[in-house]
Amino acid sequence: MAVESTNILEEVTSGEYKYGFITDIDSDSIASGLTEDVVRYISMKKNEPEWMLDFRLKAYRHWLTLEMPDWAHLKIPEINYQDIIFYSAPKSKKGPESLDEVDPELLKTFEKLGIPLEEQKMLTGMAVDAVMDSVSVKTTFKENLAELGIIFCSFSEAVQQYPDLVRQYLGSVVGYRDNFFAALNCAVFSDGSFAYIPKGVRCPMELSTYFRINAANTGQFERTLIVADDNSYVSYLEGCTAPMRDENQLHAAIVEIVAMEQAEVKYSTVQNWYPGDKNGKGGIYNFVTKRGLCKGRGSKISWTQVETGSAITWKYPSCILAGDDSVGEFYSVAVTNNYQQADTGSKMIHLGKNTKSRIVSKGISAGRSQNSYRGMVKISPRADNARNFSQCDSLLLGDRCGAHTFPYIDINNDSAVVEHEATTSKINEDQLFYCNQRGISTEDAVGLIVNGYAKEVINKLPMEFAVEAQKLLQITLEGSVG
Amino acid sequence: MMREFVKTYTSLYKEHEDTLNRSSVPLLNQQRSNAMERFDQMGFPDNKREDYRHLDLTAVLEVDYGMNLKRFNIPSNPHDVFRCDVPNLTTKLMFSVNDQFYPNEKPLNLPQGVLCGSLAELSKTHEALLAPYFNQLAEQSLDGLVHFNTAFAQDGFLLYVPENVILDKPLQLIQILQGPEEMLVQRRLLVIMEKGSQAQLLLCDHTLSPNRFLVNQVSELFVADNARLEYYELEMSHAATTRLSHTFASVGASANLSQNGMTLSNGLTRNNIEVHLNGSNSEANLSGLALVENEQFVDNHIWVDHAVPHCVSNQLYKYVLDDQSKGVFSGRILVQQDAQKTAAYQSNRNLCMSKESKMFTKPQLEIYADDVRCSHGSATGQMDETAMFYIRSRGIPEKEARLLMKFAFAADVIDNIHLDPLKDRMRMLVEKRFRGELARCAGCTAAQCS
Repeated sequence: MAVESTNILEEVTSGEYKYGFITDIDSDSIASGLTEDVVRYISMKKNEPEWMLDFRLKAYRHWLTLEMPDWAHLKIPEINYQDIIFYSAPKSKKGPESLDEVDPELLKTFEKLGIPLEEQKMLTGMAVDAVMDSVSVKTTFKENLAELGIIFCSFSEAVQQYPDLVRQYLGSVVGYRDNFFAALNCAVFSDGSFAYIPKGVRCPMELSTYFRINAANTGQFERTLIVADDNSYVSYLEGCTAPMRDENQLHAAIVEIVAMEQAEVKYSTVQNWYPGDKNGKGGIYNFVTKRGLCKGRGSKISWTQVETGSAITWKYPSCILAGDDSVGEFYSVAVTNNYQQADTGSKMIHLGKNTKSRIVSKGISAGRSQNSYRGMVKISPRADNARNFSQCDSLLLGDRCGAHTFPYIDINNDSAVVEHEATTSKINEDQLFYCNQRGISTEDAVGLIVNGYAKEVINKLPMEFAVEAQKLLQITLEGSVG
Repeated sequence: MMREFVKTYTSLYKEHEDTLNRSSVPLLNQQRSNAMERFDQMGFPDNKREDYRHLDLTAVLEVDYGMNLKRFNIPSNPHDVFRCDVPNLTTKLMFSVNDQFYPNEKPLNLPQGVLCGSLAELSKTHEALLAPYFNQLAEQSLDGLVHFNTAFAQDGFLLYVPENVILDKPLQLIQILQGPEEMLVQRRLLVIMEKGSQAQLLLCDHTLSPNRFLVNQVSELFVADNARLEYYELEMSHAATTRLSHTFASVGASANLSQNGMTLSNGLTRNNIEVHLNGSNSEANLSGLALVENEQFVDNHIWVDHAVPHCVSNQLYKYVLDDQSKGVFSGRILVQQDAQKTAAYQSNRNLCMSKESKMFTKPQLEIYADDVRCSHGSATGQMDETAMFYIRSRGIPEKEARLLMKFAFAADVIDNIHLDPLKDRMRMLVEKRFRGELARCAGCTAAQCS
């Protein structure tokens, strides 16, 4: 039994990244390094209005004064920001008018990723905005959505066409002063998605973005802004992949969500950036700032994430519960293997009365990886009757990995009820034995148990994503998961 | 700001180095200059440091304290002014006034080989025995306050229990704070339990004069293989007392350490407890109870380090917060690589009784081994209204019902006390405290501090 599980865990480390192909497309990149000129160049390239450039420059100047944060439980090798290419776009003459005009190589890339745009369009009825390197390639189903008044387009398009909306909300949740990576993103972000759901509209389909880093040495800095007006509902999906490369690549994104009165936003992520090889070489540094603002009364923001990729993950999707009776949720499965490191969790800031939040975090570590949960629940003095429940479980596969929990609980109001629970253990031998005894191989049994362990979170994902998430869990823990 | 305070004390040190050394002993003196260097490097912790996030020492350090560097004699006899009347608790009673051990009038009649009393006095005859222990754990600390203590401490309390000696009666050390002016007190404790020995030690903190006190205490506990130490700390001081305590423990194989810290009345309290489980099959039980009101502040920082396999640790910390009081709990469990079969549990429960009270908790797990059972839980809330309703429906008035519930909340920490008479006494004190009958120690006099 013991020998067998060692073998299986060894196999785990041989699990390979299945999305590591490089697409051969001409891309339009600038020289590496970051200067004020680069910021101006990006802005010019995107034909941006004056206020956008100001925003970028303010952020860039602020970024220069900041230092890389070192409080996370991560070993981050020194990043030389002058070696990174801050802008890279697939070359094309103009924006594509229809799918036929999109570079066929590019379409093939998305096909390999499992999001054939054509098929998506016809079968699933899901609207996809695909971001490759730093530029949004194609947004499907735009017309259908427009009929309902929903705006779903690339960020640069939104800046051109809906400048008032963008200007009103850009930086309102994650300002450029927020943190080191947020400031960097504000300065150099090149594209992303923008969604606006008007009053009373229930978005009939899932909105989805696919991110992919393709060109070598590039950093990806995209920005997503979702605004859900009163009484609206939207479910948003985000997926990411990158090719296999020896050197590390930087991904520093920002996601901002604003939910007005009674609005509900569901944001799901399946993150599968290239995690590096089994010796810890290469991989993406995923330093992301995600935050939702429950602005209106009774609004709700729900984050669901399945984190399987990235060499280093630094990510804390959070909710500011400003409106009375608003609700914040965070469901997460974070899997690390080989030399991956993850420091992820959630922040719930209770400002309004009767606000509720819930955090369910499941960590799985294998190989020599380090997996940390870091979260904060803060109840402000005005937040009467706030309620929070947090549960953070860790599962350890192998004796060289680590699982850590760092919750912060700050309570400034006596009517709050805040609970936090965490457990850390390895796979239950009794459960394994039970499965074995029923004729299920240890490998399959580990798969069953891990899937059961993560079920609570995976169930929160939209159907199409749940299937993919389950597959990813299997790939990441290949060998131990059937 | 903090830098200036450091400067004040480093120049004070330079000026009085000779006085310090002259009125102390080689065991303490030889650590001094090293500790001063470290203190100068690390300084006083400011609240930018992660582990001092909620504690700002600026106001505390601004006070111009007096230090008894020349070791003037203690003016009064604590036996006269102080009577600790835990009924039926027959202890071997000792006193320390500020940072000086008060010599016992009568011999304590301890088994042969046991050393108990003034660290400075005993080191004169037993320096070779104590040198391998003194400052061994504290030296590693990254907290400037610890080295601040080592640089200035001139005396302390020592308990040494030789191999296989079992002390059947608990030892009790009453630590009194008394003085005519604002005082800075550098208290030092050293407890060495040799293999297979057993002891119970109860420390009671009392403040007898109304002026401000800053206590900076460092305790080192060495519990060798198969030994057993029960270590109780009870604080009943007043609002002008600042207690900064640093406890370091090293626990050997199959040894057992219980530590129980209770804060019944205080001003500003910070307890750092660092336990290293260095031998397999060892066990550490840590618990604490803090009852705070007015503007009191209690900050408990616990760190349990599982360095070897097959060890067990438990933490149970409870807070009851009233008025504008503030509580902080930070518990960290570290399970090192290969420390398999570890069982580590941590629980923190808090009752916020008023709108202005604040609670900050940070339970942490840091685990590098896979075959472990570790959990932590933290809950903060109010009284269970259904339980309240149940009690009231039985004809018990609301006020009494609340008291009952509060008392029940505190009960399981008190249950961790293994000295029955002390347990009963604690029950009584806690109840009194909840009823508001216990002196709010502002003008704490001997009679009230019972």
